[in-house]
Amino acid sequence: MIEIESVTKRYDGATAVAGLSLKVTAGELFVLLGGSGSGKTTTLKMVNRLIEPTAGTIRVDGENIAETEPHLLRRRIGYVFQKVGLFPHMTVAENVAVTPELLGWAADRIAARVDELLRLVELDPATMRDRRPSALSGGQQQRVGVARALAAEPKVMLLDEPFAALDPLTRDRLQRSFLAIVRQLHLTAMFVTHDMVEALLLGDRIAVLNEGRLVQVGTPRELLLHPADDYVRQLVETPTRHAGAIDRLLRTEGSR
Amino acid sequence: MNEQLALLPQYLSAHLRLTLVALALGIGISVPLGIVLTRNRRLEPTVIGVASVIQTVPSLALLAIMVPALAALGLASIGYLPAIVALTLYSILPVLRNTVTGIYAVDPALIEAARGVGMTDAQMLCRVELPIALPVIVAGIRTATVWTVGMATLSTPVGATSLGNYIFSGLQTRNYTAVLVGCIAAAGLALALDGLVRALEIGVRQRRKVLARTAMGALALIFLATGATAIPGIAQPGAHRTVVIGAKTFTEQYILSAILGDQIHRETGLPIKLVQSLGSTVAFDALRTGEIDAYVEYSGTIWATLMKRTDVPEDRGEVLRAVGRWLSDEHAGVLVGALGFENTYALAMRGSVARSLGIRTISDLARHASGMTIGGDYEFFQRAEWKAVKERYGIAFADQRSMDPSLMYQAVANGDVDVISAFSTDGRIAAFDLAVLDDDRHVIPPYDAIILASPRLAREHPEALASLRALTGTITPDRMRAMNLAVDRGNRSPTEIAATFIRSLGEAKRGQ
Repeated sequence: MIEIESVTKRYDGATAVAGLSLKVTAGELFVLLGGSGSGKTTTLKMVNRLIEPTAGTIRVDGENIAETEPHLLRRRIGYVFQKVGLFPHMTVAENVAVTPELLGWAADRIAARVDELLRLVELDPATMRDRRPSALSGGQQQRVGVARALAAEPKVMLLDEPFAALDPLTRDRLQRSFLAIVRQLHLTAMFVTHDMVEALLLGDRIAVLNEGRLVQVGTPRELLLHPADDYVRQLVETPTRHAGAIDRLLRTEGSR
Repeated sequence: MNEQLALLPQYLSAHLRLTLVALALGIGISVPLGIVLTRNRRLEPTVIGVASVIQTVPSLALLAIMVPALAALGLASIGYLPAIVALTLYSILPVLRNTVTGIYAVDPALIEAARGVGMTDAQMLCRVELPIALPVIVAGIRTATVWTVGMATLSTPVGATSLGNYIFSGLQTRNYTAVLVGCIAAAGLALALDGLVRALEIGVRQRRKVLARTAMGALALIFLATGATAIPGIAQPGAHRTVVIGAKTFTEQYILSAILGDQIHRETGLPIKLVQSLGSTVAFDALRTGEIDAYVEYSGTIWATLMKRTDVPEDRGEVLRAVGRWLSDEHAGVLVGALGFENTYALAMRGSVARSLGIRTISDLARHASGMTIGGDYEFFQRAEWKAVKERYGIAFADQRSMDPSLMYQAVANGDVDVISAFSTDGRIAAFDLAVLDDDRHVIPPYDAIILASPRLAREHPEALASLRALTGTITPDRMRAMNLAVDRGNRSPTEIAATFIRSLGEAKRGQ
């Protein structure tokens, strides 16, 4: 569904992404994992042309995106990012309706779609529809952000650390409902995170990036069992150690 | 008071028309320009710089500059157009700067979101950037509104009617009721327009449709009511048959313009419009270009300032004849006739001081001048006559101060200055017991009051010209002084005095 072929992005001599090739298959939740400066966000934004690659080709659903008008491409791809970016002068319903409006949907179809999506992200349409973003909690805002990205029925979703700014409980709830939505709608999603636990819990496959290069691609299990190098080993070590510590704690408590 | 209030509809609607058209043009220029600047950041310092420089020009000077600037372009240089151009220029900066600031201040996350959902640049501008920048832009518009209402009062001297007519003529004729009415009306107008713009913004932002529509409706209604949709300055001269009479900025001119107007109207029935409080050379330029049809000038002003003659013939008639020839040869204008009195520049001082020092002539004054201060009107110290007086009498004062002509007489009477450049017909010379000093070396040319008419009036309305000619020799120096004093000290209006004069003229005619 998303094919990235030998893509490079350079800024004034500094290389952000170096000769990256990846294939995301349809219906897959694909995680890009790495620290800051690893090139993961740059890679993601090249898929909807918020950033133009210096070299290489990207295909979405078989189509070379360099040959598509950027705004038309973006209307077919859902985009969610950490800062959410809800339009403060619009209501919740208007925010969700933005892309369908740009596509010229009929008003009643849009209204029905908005209610459907609000229910999908577990918000009550009747009470939420006419609120301003400023009247929502951080978690509610990001739910609306997800609903807005899904509004025009995209097959592909791009998510840039969407839950990173939320408190742990809210993050957990949103991760689970997001996973359910992806499965239910058979979405293909590219998900950027620096959080290994999030990557392990959500990803069908994970690509680990470091300094603009691909280090390893694999299922969570493959990464945990066969890390390709020390960098990946360090990344998976921390959650594994935490899990072990918690496990031991439970056993001691239980034996007391 | 009632007489002042009767003028309010005319002045207020003219003022509103100036303000609203200038604001509409200013917003129409600066919002799009501001948008362009946010897309071409390299242009920003230059354009904002130019707008800031315009803003630093004192508003009265900016208006004054428009007169020669528009004349050089061959456009109507007095009246509506120079006022609109200057007011528009002045209203640009606050709106432009706030548009740029407002758009720059939009959160980059919203720009990313707008692109992410698939908006084009134009959709992003209309649906995200402008709505979010709106409160900041409106704040700029409100600033511009208040400034423009205030500055529009200064468009009176370039010949555009405004609430400034109250203030300028009120100051000249010591009618403080008029000044007060003008100030209160301008302040009230500024507050009202500011309030409407604010109501419109709140209505749009909070989507209170009733409020937004009411405010918009009120603004539109005002706009239509003042006839602001018609642009009078662009109208072809000659398209209307109204005779336009000009007046400079002092009492005598207000009275004389009203007399000229009444006389033409009574004799020919033509509609009359008075354009008052014009700058001295603005009046002549306006006559030359046909923007006014007639006004009263003084022979010496043309002789010294426009013809640049420095000699002073013994014979007053010689100056008159030379001025008449020059006028018709150089500008196709018409010297209709002399009214019968002279209003010359004269040096005057307190009578008691003059008597105790034994000063009767300018030569006598020259011996005492080194310890004295002279006050003059705004143009006096720039005029050829003053240079000639300084040279020929070798006179040098300790200090010189420019002041409003209406305040000079009080200033010398109070002893704030020792000598003033008085006008010889001013009633306050006698009222304040001032001594007029004799020009014993004949340096100052004669200043016969003469009626000048435009080539257009002579061509299109010979009957109007004939009616003006009938005024020749009808006003003695004493009569003029008495009429000036009646306005300056007697609290009578120039219109009233003019009407009395024209009535007495008619009676005298019947009596013959």
